[in-house]
Amino acid sequence: MSTTLKGIAASDGFANAPAYMLVQPDLSFDKKEITDIDAEVERLQDAIKQSDDELTTIRDIAKESLGEEESQVFDAHKMILADPEFTGAVATQVKTDQVNAEQALQDVSDKFIAMFEAMTDNKYMQERAADVRDVSKRVMSHLLGVKLPSPALIDQEVIVVAHDLTPSDTAQLNKKYVKAFITDIGGRTAHSAIMARSLEIPAIVGSDTITKDVQDGTPLIVDGVNGEAVINPDADDVKKYQQLADNYAQEKAEWAKLRDAKTVTADGRHFEIAANIGTPKDLAGVKENGAEAIGLYRTEFLYMDSSELPSEDDQYEAYKEVLKGMDGKPVVVRTMDIGGDKHLPYLPLPEEMNPFLGYRAIRISLDRQDIFRTQLRALLRASSFGKLRIMFPMIATVQEFRQAKGILQEEMAKLNDEGIAFDANLEVGIMIEIPAAAVLADQFAKEVDFFSIGTNDLIQYTMAADRGNEHVSYLYQPYNPSILRLIKNVIDCAHREGKWVGMCGEAAGDSVMVPLLLGMGLDEYSMSATSVLRVRSLMKHLDTNELQDLVEQALNVSLTNADNEKLVNDFVADHRK
Amino acid sequence: MEKKDFNIIAETGIHARPATMLVQTASKFSSDINLEYDGKNVNLKSIMGVMSLGVGQGANVSITAEGDDASDAIAAISETMTKEGLSE
Repeated sequence: MSTTLKGIAASDGFANAPAYMLVQPDLSFDKKEITDIDAEVERLQDAIKQSDDELTTIRDIAKESLGEEESQVFDAHKMILADPEFTGAVATQVKTDQVNAEQALQDVSDKFIAMFEAMTDNKYMQERAADVRDVSKRVMSHLLGVKLPSPALIDQEVIVVAHDLTPSDTAQLNKKYVKAFITDIGGRTAHSAIMARSLEIPAIVGSDTITKDVQDGTPLIVDGVNGEAVINPDADDVKKYQQLADNYAQEKAEWAKLRDAKTVTADGRHFEIAANIGTPKDLAGVKENGAEAIGLYRTEFLYMDSSELPSEDDQYEAYKEVLKGMDGKPVVVRTMDIGGDKHLPYLPLPEEMNPFLGYRAIRISLDRQDIFRTQLRALLRASSFGKLRIMFPMIATVQEFRQAKGILQEEMAKLNDEGIAFDANLEVGIMIEIPAAAVLADQFAKEVDFFSIGTNDLIQYTMAADRGNEHVSYLYQPYNPSILRLIKNVIDCAHREGKWVGMCGEAAGDSVMVPLLLGMGLDEYSMSATSVLRVRSLMKHLDTNELQDLVEQALNVSLTNADNEKLVNDFVADHRK
Repeated sequence: MEKKDFNIIAETGIHARPATMLVQTASKFSSDINLEYDGKNVNLKSIMGVMSLGVGQGANVSITAEGDDASDAIAAISETMTKEGLSE
């Protein structure tokens, strides 16, 4: 009989395929004394050889299906495997202690893991502990004769089932075969969920029990729109799923017709729908989905995907690729937003009690001007290839903005002296994510060229609730009148000074938020590329004249987040054109 | 035995990529090659040994090689040091 498991809808779409368990097998063993030492060492050498062969295969497949960069981790693993201080030490331990290879392997790898993890002043080395753990697991699996899941080797259609997916797991998934995934833990903003949306595969996260409920090969249906998984579906379920999948495909086909259309409301007003990107690779998705601009280019990936500070030239090439790729359409680049939950292995940041309220983003840039100036120079040099807009993150005071802009102007002057071309008229704006800046938007609006509202941080700072803490996640309330009033204030202040306002963050593509934002007159909406057409279609069916009353209600009559969610949903159901 | 001292100038010290290159270079030779830093001595053919030293900017390190191809090894390692921007 089929059962239905409810989770959090993380990425739209439907899939029907057998489960692939991406879970660790049991690698436990007993310590044994060994009499035939030569045979034991040989058994170890065999396991190492098999591990090395396996890593070669995985690396080659990963290189082909996922690219050079994603495959490099396996080269690192091979190098550890060949390390005389590691595998050599295991063999030595077998001989001197006369113990089984499993025990010796565990002792040696524990020693290295402990050593790397103890390097608390060096995040990069701490992370190498994970590599040692991975390699050790692989050798152990061969010693014990059990199979380790290797997602890179998947070669038929499956739905991946996991407790959680790490970035290195997702990097190995081949979209051709992985039709969907379901995890036990995580929320809509978890790494795995964001990854699913960018890969455009349906996903459910936070199902709690999926890894216990199914096994390798269990038939599954994933409904990524409603966040439901059907385990062991019967004929009726399959039929129902097919219907939903067809409707979804039809809806998508209708959206596809809007791909090259401008974003226009039922009463003929134009708004700009833009996409968020992390790397030049995301440009393809931006084009496929017909975004009118890039509203947020998160440059921190340039820093995070590198083992050292990216050079001016490396950055320049990336920015230039994006600007050229957008063919003169606007590209808002956010300067480095490191800190909070984002760390750089090679740039140790101080341990902080409260990193989200600490040393991050523009605060680092203004302190480490060497890093900041390199980025600004790269941006300015790239600016002659398109329509660049520069945005500073985490601005709290007008002084911070003046200082950042001052540094930008100094770099402009230097380039001028060097005779290097750049766009001297590029717009310079700020993120509004700190309540202090939202409240003082009237003053900021006199000095900036634009605002872009970052809702995730604005909500967490306004509600004083860590968005990653499940005990207070009920306070993540995007429709709370307090948040809406802050947003309205920012929009009104900007418009009074003739400046434009955008929003980058999940809320800009949220179907409850969009009618409210339209009613408030927000100019630009920047979201995951995959949401662009859905939102363009929604706007087409809304009349902004009718939205004024809705905004009035939401800001001044409603008391709660839930009130407003219902208010908007009822309104859209009644007034859709 | 051949020996050579280096002053590390790279801002991030002997880090992932340069460490990999040093180990790859050292592994091409049959000599026993060691890296000494701050009183600790590790096998330069061991990526984990090299990285475990946590050699930062400004550090003084010595490389020793013992074996038939010791002088070639030191020359190749010096070249890698310069090429990777670790030392002048």
